[in-house]
Amino acid sequence: MKHLLSTENLQGTQAIRILDTAEEMAAVGEREVKKLPALRGRTVVNLFFEDSTRTRISFEAAAKRLSADVINFAAKGSSVSKGESLKDTAQTLEAMSADAVVIRHWASGAPARLAASDWIDASVINAGDGTHEHPTQALLDAFTLRRHWSKIAGLPSLGEDLRGLRIAIVGDVLHSRVARSNLWLLTTLGAEVTLVAPPTLLPVGIDTWPCRVSFDLDEVLATGPHAVMMLRVQGERMNAAFFPSTREYARTWGFDDERLAALEASAGKDTIIMHPGPMNRGLEISSAAADSPRSTVLAQVRNGVSVRMAVLYLLLSGDDSAQPTPAQEAITV
Amino acid sequence: MSVPSPHTGGSVFRTVLGDADIDRALTRIAHEILEANKGAEDLVLLGIPRRGFPIAQRLARKIARTDPTVNPGRIVGRLDVTMFRDDLRKHPTRPPGPTELPSSGIDDKVVVLVDDVLYSGRTIRAALDAIVDVGRPRIVRLAVLVDRGHRELPIRADHVGKNLPTSSAEKVRVRISEIDSVDEVIIEGPA
Repeated sequence: MKHLLSTENLQGTQAIRILDTAEEMAAVGEREVKKLPALRGRTVVNLFFEDSTRTRISFEAAAKRLSADVINFAAKGSSVSKGESLKDTAQTLEAMSADAVVIRHWASGAPARLAASDWIDASVINAGDGTHEHPTQALLDAFTLRRHWSKIAGLPSLGEDLRGLRIAIVGDVLHSRVARSNLWLLTTLGAEVTLVAPPTLLPVGIDTWPCRVSFDLDEVLATGPHAVMMLRVQGERMNAAFFPSTREYARTWGFDDERLAALEASAGKDTIIMHPGPMNRGLEISSAAADSPRSTVLAQVRNGVSVRMAVLYLLLSGDDSAQPTPAQEAITV
Repeated sequence: MSVPSPHTGGSVFRTVLGDADIDRALTRIAHEILEANKGAEDLVLLGIPRRGFPIAQRLARKIARTDPTVNPGRIVGRLDVTMFRDDLRKHPTRPPGPTELPSSGIDDKVVVLVDDVLYSGRTIRAALDAIVDVGRPRIVRLAVLVDRGHRELPIRADHVGKNLPTSSAEKVRVRISEIDSVDEVIIEGPA
């Protein structure tokens, strides 16, 4: 694997390998010395054409814990605002011998374009492109789910997939790359996904996606899903009226205090509430829900660093150009 | 990891240690460790995956047989050195494995690193780096089942099961029943 562009094309074994490696990275995060020498001398460039707090910080922390050098590049205040093209920016980074480019772009497909071009030799990691994909977010969500549910079952999480889990993804599916990446990854790992959204916030062609669609959040919550993933209402991408008012949205599609109380009383005893952040408190999620013990928002941020360490390590540490012979693998020196 | 079956290709196989030999060597190493440490106090055995770990577990059981105050499960750990290797970039990506330390930790302990084969010494160098990141032992020693020479670093084992003079064209294969369902040490050489 040279690039991480999407979860749609990620095989189950590759995903589990990333999650298992993240498990070891998480163990490093609990030690006194939270640093590994694995990527010493490697350069990771964070190339952000769109605003981001946690993804950029998380990638930066991950690269630094693996001893890589990090260059942060934000389009605002760079030559991009003077009209520099993606190609010229990429070639500049190539000239600085970047080994990996973590790219967030407002245009869907920009990371794939970069990876397919001969502008740059580096590994490309998609950190969110338009409304297409955000693979590391989906991986950290899967990691959070796997950890939580294997802990409850009292089983080790290494090597496990997500078979048997039922997950509801609720809200602005139309504009959400997180929803798309999660849908592909979670179904690849064997979980059942139900999308819950107003019809105006569902994309065209949803009937071809491997999921169920519901228009009634309370009905889905009553079935006791293992996790409810609330999506951010992406006001900045909305150029039309998708719902009548924010109050109506919060009442019909938001995880409010009433739904939290209903969940506490009902079958969904261990249901967790996930949110990729940043949250619109009071809109898609109430403060009480966001701060409840069921909420995994902060665990997701913590796990994000481990998962991104795993991705950087697996993409950058080895030389995959030569295939190993069985004999080489068997040598223990 | 699959071990190729003997007598394939153009190689010659020679068994140098059988299961009884390995058992005797480990018994002797266990006694040597106790002797050098003047007892089992503060002793921690850290096995280097894959085969160093079951060897460390066996040594701990043998130590417990001599000193019944020792709980063999409590003094064994597993030290993964994958991310500390200096040849990461020369091989395909290796996923890291778990590092598990005894609950007592390794600070101010006498740590005995355990591995199956000592060759270039680079794995042990990586292990010494890995140890620094998880604690500060009082003493670090090294026990190996086989020392085959050809060191590339100034590293020496304190306890050796068997010194095997080999040529670098040969391969030494250690099989441990916990992993390979048989106990033996084989030298594989060009025909």
